[in-house]
Amino acid sequence: MSEKASGTEIPVGPQHPSLKEPANFTLTVDGEVITGAEMKLSYNHRGIEQAVLSKSYIEAIYLLERICGICSHAHTSAFTQGVEDLLDLDVPPRARYIRTLIGELERIHSHMLWLGVAGHEIGFDTLWQYAWRDREIVMDLLEEITGNRVHYSINTIGGVREDLTDEQRQTVLEGMDDLAERIDFYQQTVPNEETVRMRCEDVGVVSEELAREYCAVGAVGRASGVPTDVRKDAPYAAYDEVDFDVITDDRGDLLARTVVRIGEIAQAIRIIRQVAEKIPEGDLKASAKPPQALLAQVPEEDAVSRYEAPRGELIHYLRADGTDTPERVHIRVPTLANWPTVVEALKGSYIADTPIVVAGIDPCISCTSRIGVETDGSHGGENAFDLDELREYGIEWYDDHSAVERPSPEFDGGGRP
Amino acid sequence: MSLELDLATGLVYLLVFPGFAFLFVYGLTAEYLDRKLYARLQNRVGPPLVQPLADFLKLLAKESAVPENATARIYNAAPLTGLAGVFTAMLYIPVWSEQAAFAFEGDLVVVLFLLSLPSFSLFFGGWYSGNVFSRIGTTRTITQLFGYEIPFFLAAFAPAVAAGTLSTSGIAAFVAANPWYVVVFLPAFAIALLSLQAKLERIPFDIPEAETELATGTLVEYSGRKLALFRLTKDVELVVGAALLSALFLGGPAPAGALAGTAGLTAGVIVFLVKTLAVIALLTVLKAVVARLRIEQMVDVFYRLLVPVALAQIALVLAVGLYTNGVIP
Repeated sequence: MSEKASGTEIPVGPQHPSLKEPANFTLTVDGEVITGAEMKLSYNHRGIEQAVLSKSYIEAIYLLERICGICSHAHTSAFTQGVEDLLDLDVPPRARYIRTLIGELERIHSHMLWLGVAGHEIGFDTLWQYAWRDREIVMDLLEEITGNRVHYSINTIGGVREDLTDEQRQTVLEGMDDLAERIDFYQQTVPNEETVRMRCEDVGVVSEELAREYCAVGAVGRASGVPTDVRKDAPYAAYDEVDFDVITDDRGDLLARTVVRIGEIAQAIRIIRQVAEKIPEGDLKASAKPPQALLAQVPEEDAVSRYEAPRGELIHYLRADGTDTPERVHIRVPTLANWPTVVEALKGSYIADTPIVVAGIDPCISCTSRIGVETDGSHGGENAFDLDELREYGIEWYDDHSAVERPSPEFDGGGRP
Repeated sequence: MSLELDLATGLVYLLVFPGFAFLFVYGLTAEYLDRKLYARLQNRVGPPLVQPLADFLKLLAKESAVPENATARIYNAAPLTGLAGVFTAMLYIPVWSEQAAFAFEGDLVVVLFLLSLPSFSLFFGGWYSGNVFSRIGTTRTITQLFGYEIPFFLAAFAPAVAAGTLSTSGIAAFVAANPWYVVVFLPAFAIALLSLQAKLERIPFDIPEAETELATGTLVEYSGRKLALFRLTKDVELVVGAALLSALFLGGPAPAGALAGTAGLTAGVIVFLVKTLAVIALLTVLKAVVARLRIEQMVDVFYRLLVPVALAQIALVLAVGLYTNGVIP
């Protein structure tokens, strides 16, 4: 990532109007053309993976939901599915259908949000305003079903917390009729608008080989012709009982990503209609036992849970030590898998394309922030530590800052020695 | 007419109408209408009527910092030159009658030159503000300037060739006398509209300030009073540009020019407002329906497409002129 090239260096970020969250790109430019790009991440480390270790599995759901304000349902679903896997719980069909419904509504709202942001990045503010207006349809539906616009808090271990009434089902179907009309409009206009084509066609191209080499996920991979989709490859919730297509494109440019995402909204509408029509009657939870009783049975095991978040494959890894708190939780968000393609796509682009190329993977920057510890210390650099150096640095830091209280091993948030 | 009276009317022209006071009010109103229409096209509510004035006054009250790396004299002078340029240009454009406040043979060239001043003031202000984003913005401003100036000049010379004069007032009078020329000038009018949009750095040609790429580029370091002046320059430039287009291609105050006395004056001003607002509305709609181009795409569009069309337009005007004079049957 750090090929040196001559020319002016332009810093983009960590504070920059086109970035909604902090990331830094150092672009080497020759006139208007980018000849080199370097990326720095993790300005917003929140320590969520560590914090979750001090919570019980039930409490962890609400913490993990707050990793992301856009794919909040994705994180809770991935986590609860992992815990259900540990506990060998069978989620009842009605609960699986409701999870699918919320998941698809969330996908629509995420993709509409992206469409608006993409419009703004290429200076098409009218598209931005239109997309966000129509996004309100799903936001209202989510609020009506779950009571919240952003953090739906509908998942719990073994099922869901809220039922879907017949009235709500009707509202969902009506909302989908309105939305389908709007999506038809976007499918016809957006890819055919001349200035959108000029800005998006052959911009930020990620070839199929590159996408495979860097393991690009989600719409980025699918727009480059890699048909991966966890919903098809390893169905969870009710995805094996509904019909839908995995939308792919082989051009790999930004126009392809736009077309793929709008196509996915259309597919999501299709899924939601099926779910609303054939949702079975039944229980909402796998077990009538209180959560504490369930958590008392957590075995000493580990589980990997995969979920197709709006941005791509989301992975949660859980290791249980037999208590009601996890021993280790690791989260690989889809944005992390897509970052390397951005750095490659930036090289050779115009400066003017930077915002849209970066926004093209629909990055969720703060969700990606994890602390990186190099155990062999081979990479060097001013901010690279191996574990011993990190420990030494920590001790020195507290020596220099005598006013700050040292965390004790019994400290709530950092309990693990 | 006595010298005192000449001086008095000159001062009124300069300070009240169509000069400073009128342009200030009309510029801010035009900004309001532009923003309101743009917002309505995007399904938004839009700003209240006094918003542009409130923005302007707020900026006046703020600190106007000069960055350490800036060349202070040029940085401070830049906002004033642009504003002076557009205010002066208005005096040579007919408003209430076919005769402008001041007119002489060749004033069209002066108007075109004065309308270029804001771009140069942006360039100098941005370049000497010592900011990386400003530097890229100013490079784009100049690249863009080379893109649109030639099509704009060619488009403006089409009516000049037809009227056989380089005086804005003379051209307005000619088009008023031969109204069907408005149709002949349509391609030139379209080119002038696009060029004016590029001159004003509005979508799809807001490349130099591209908010999402350069954080307003040239103006990145400007704040307070100086930023207020730059913004006022844009508003006034919008009005003056629209007035120039209306005078060159739409016959200026025609058909009100035929009326005499106060009635003629009032009707002339109303026609002026209607025509300029129509031009501004066209520019606003254009802004709402497209995405921003890249700089090289912008230059491409202007040189490959608009310059040939502008040349063809001049040829057409010559042919029509020869035909009406009976030289070719």
